[in-house]
Amino acid sequence: MIPEDDARRRELRAYAIGFAMAAALTGVAFAIVAGRMMGTGATLLSLGGLALVQVAVHFRYFLHIDLEKSHRDDLQLVLFTALIVAVMVGGSLWILWDQHARMM
Amino acid sequence: MSARRHPGLSVAPGDAHTESEAEPVIFGFWVFLMSDVVLFALLFATYAAMRAQGIAGGPTPRAITDLAGAAIETALLLTSSFTFGMASLALKYRDDTRRLARWLAITGLLGIAFLGMEARDFATLIGHGAVPQRSGFLSAHFTLLGTHGLHVAAGLVWMAVMFARIAIAGVDDRVRLAIMRLALFWHMLDIVWVGIFTFVFLYGATG
Repeated sequence: MIPEDDARRRELRAYAIGFAMAAALTGVAFAIVAGRMMGTGATLLSLGGLALVQVAVHFRYFLHIDLEKSHRDDLQLVLFTALIVAVMVGGSLWILWDQHARMM
Repeated sequence: MSARRHPGLSVAPGDAHTESEAEPVIFGFWVFLMSDVVLFALLFATYAAMRAQGIAGGPTPRAITDLAGAAIETALLLTSSFTFGMASLALKYRDDTRRLARWLAITGLLGIAFLGMEARDFATLIGHGAVPQRSGFLSAHFTLLGTHGLHVAAGLVWMAVMFARIAIAGVDDRVRLAIMRLALFWHMLDIVWVGIFTFVFLYGATG
């Protein structure tokens, strides 16, 4: 039972770390906006950065995607999806903004 | 002992047979989840375009942003992700159905509270005449948040089904696998919400 208990405690700690980090990142993001700490451009940029880090934290600590060999397939799937998302979102925004500019 | 270990959510060593059976099931669900992420990504792209180009003289993002409400919704959903983690641990390491059911119930209640808050937000907007058909921006806003809310609602129905199956048949291997997939689904919805509270509410409040 001892190794099982050890593994459980390790996973419990991982969930707690993930939760604490996610809460801290969220708190900072809301504080930046509520406290009007920076200019608009800097605010938008840091919010985007914080969101990216928080998504990574969620994947790592809640969805258990890491660099271990047994998770390699999942990791590759997630990274490929990120590529597809970047192409589709970037392409959509490009086209929509271009079209909007032409219609002005 | 061996029936208690499962891969996917987090792989424990041992029990190669169950592991090899469960792996394609979990991986297949990952593929579904990622296609769902693509769906949300395109809703985000539409929202980004509409918030800049689709105001049409209607309310702006800043005018409809309720930062305090968004903070409460975020806290509810984030906490529910953590409590589902506790349910996953109860499933994996303890043969304690009541502990599992208790964490699942807490998660479900947090999900219901979240949906209640979101419904209140929608009602407030509609009460002020900010209906989806008012502008392209509002259409995109309601579509993005509504799709996420529907996913949460689907997760809650799934949770209710899990309760019924546990009550009838107990926690067998099929229920175990289903709860593991539900956990992935639930955590993924929280990730989508990170995008929503950042790009809808915080960007909205910033202008």
